[in-house]
Amino acid sequence: MIELSAFAALYIFMLAAFTGYEVIAKVPAILHTPLMSGSNFVHGIVLVGAMVALGHAESTAGQVIGFIGVILGAGNAVGGYVVTERMLEMFQRSDRPGSAKDSKKDGAEGA
Amino acid sequence: MDDTLSLAIQISYYVAAFLFIMGLKRMSSPVTAASGIKWAGVGMVVATVITFAYPDLQNFMLMTTAIFIGGVLAWWTGKKVAMTDMPQMIALYNGMGGGAAAAISAVELLGGGEHSLVFMVLAVLGGFIGSVAFSGSMVAFAKLQGILRKDFRFRGQNLVNLLLLAGIAVLGVLTIVEQGGQTDPQMLALFYGLALLLGVTMTLPIGGADMPVVISLYNALTGLAVAFEGFVLNNAAMIIAGTVVGSAGTLLTQLMAKAMNRSLGNVLFSGFGDSAGGDQEVTGTMKPIEATDVGVMMAFAQKVIIVPGYGMAVAQAQHKVWELTQLLMDRGVDVKFAIHPVAGRMPGHMNVLLAEAGVPYDLIYDADEINADFDSTDVALVIGANDVVNPVARSDPSSPIFGMPILDADKAKNCIVIKRGQGAGFSGIENLLFFLDNTRMLYGDGQAAVTELIQAVKEL
Repeated sequence: MIELSAFAALYIFMLAAFTGYEVIAKVPAILHTPLMSGSNFVHGIVLVGAMVALGHAESTAGQVIGFIGVILGAGNAVGGYVVTERMLEMFQRSDRPGSAKDSKKDGAEGA
Repeated sequence: MDDTLSLAIQISYYVAAFLFIMGLKRMSSPVTAASGIKWAGVGMVVATVITFAYPDLQNFMLMTTAIFIGGVLAWWTGKKVAMTDMPQMIALYNGMGGGAAAAISAVELLGGGEHSLVFMVLAVLGGFIGSVAFSGSMVAFAKLQGILRKDFRFRGQNLVNLLLLAGIAVLGVLTIVEQGGQTDPQMLALFYGLALLLGVTMTLPIGGADMPVVISLYNALTGLAVAFEGFVLNNAAMIIAGTVVGSAGTLLTQLMAKAMNRSLGNVLFSGFGDSAGGDQEVTGTMKPIEATDVGVMMAFAQKVIIVPGYGMAVAQAQHKVWELTQLLMDRGVDVKFAIHPVAGRMPGHMNVLLAEAGVPYDLIYDADEINADFDSTDVALVIGANDVVNPVARSDPSSPIFGMPILDADKAKNCIVIKRGQGAGFSGIENLLFFLDNTRMLYGDGQAAVTELIQAVKEL
């Protein structure tokens, strides 16, 4: 693997911190919860790290902790995705299906 | 061969990091939000699959089993949970991420070997932060889920937390300076034990209404822990994703605390309501009204603004509210929704619930966008909201919520408040709005009351 030098890592850290700030700065309040949920999903990347840690573990203790770590990481990634997707699927505009008149029409067709 | 593989792994992580940032960017606008999570999801799949090809890995059986267990459990719980319970699920999954970060640091520290000082410091810090985020999020989950009902407060609480923190710091430093040698597993266990305990004692005293801020804070902390473990594992995708979440989450936490007119320190270190009640005398009586009268009032109004609060979530009244709105709109009434940033248990909690019921997001307005409209509004219908419409926030400097931005429902010509009983809000502060001349109280459960309103409008 390509080794990151400590300074390269620090540069990544700094730029990513500004990126996160900028991405969120102008978000309307209606998206705060989905966005918190979405960012909760993104740190599910910890799964990858837990996999590597488990893969390198040699002692039994290391394997047990690593195993738990991967379960938790997978839970973070999958759970974070499912709840975020469910929330965001519900956002719709009134001039598309789902508005007052359309939903009534849909209901009639479905019946 | 190894070089090709190594390059493929690096490229995959690069692509994943790009997709995460683009995904978050898309999630920050309602128009593109639904696709944003899918972009990020693709990134996650790419990064996870390529990790199986990581050089020198063992324990593949364990790895696959663990992914299966964690994935299926999370999928199942995430699919079946009701929309009103979303906040605690976010807390739960976030806690799992923190726990995973702590596990990584434990495995790496137990593995021993010669490491640089930076490696040791970040591994220990990531383990500490991850552990606090894990146990703290679990307590937040238990509280919101109703498993833990009480706020445990005791004297000297901050002192206990401080002592715990000092103990953790000592053990952490000992672990770091022991580099080169084998880390003492017992000391390490004590270190993690204390960190987990700190997460619990920090979160237990915090009231349910402050939980959104706390969950957001732990979300940011988990991101930071993931970034630190990314340094430890030399994994740029983890550093980028973790840091982006860490800074975005910190900003989000500040926005939320600000919307409640409280500092983060105030949320974390002091129980709310210690100095409850302002000096301003609340005079007058609450005047009740019948649903049929409200129905007439709303049906013949030109402009109606609905102000939902946590009471609507508890009563699961959002579908009925939308039904009522559609009836009124069919009669030509201009109906809008006004949402306070901290209405509910999370910023945007109300938006999610209304969206679930089918309310289009362009009918929904933030406090800043709609406050000027209340003057020209015939009826403001407050459903289960309390502190966020309390005018003492504008008028009484001695009130604990003075200065908090509120929705100016009191400025509407008529203000109807649907409320279960006559008690004060969670903050224990009397609501001046309920006693105003233009306010009428419609007592009852949110869903039942709105159903009555629908009936009343239909019968006209």
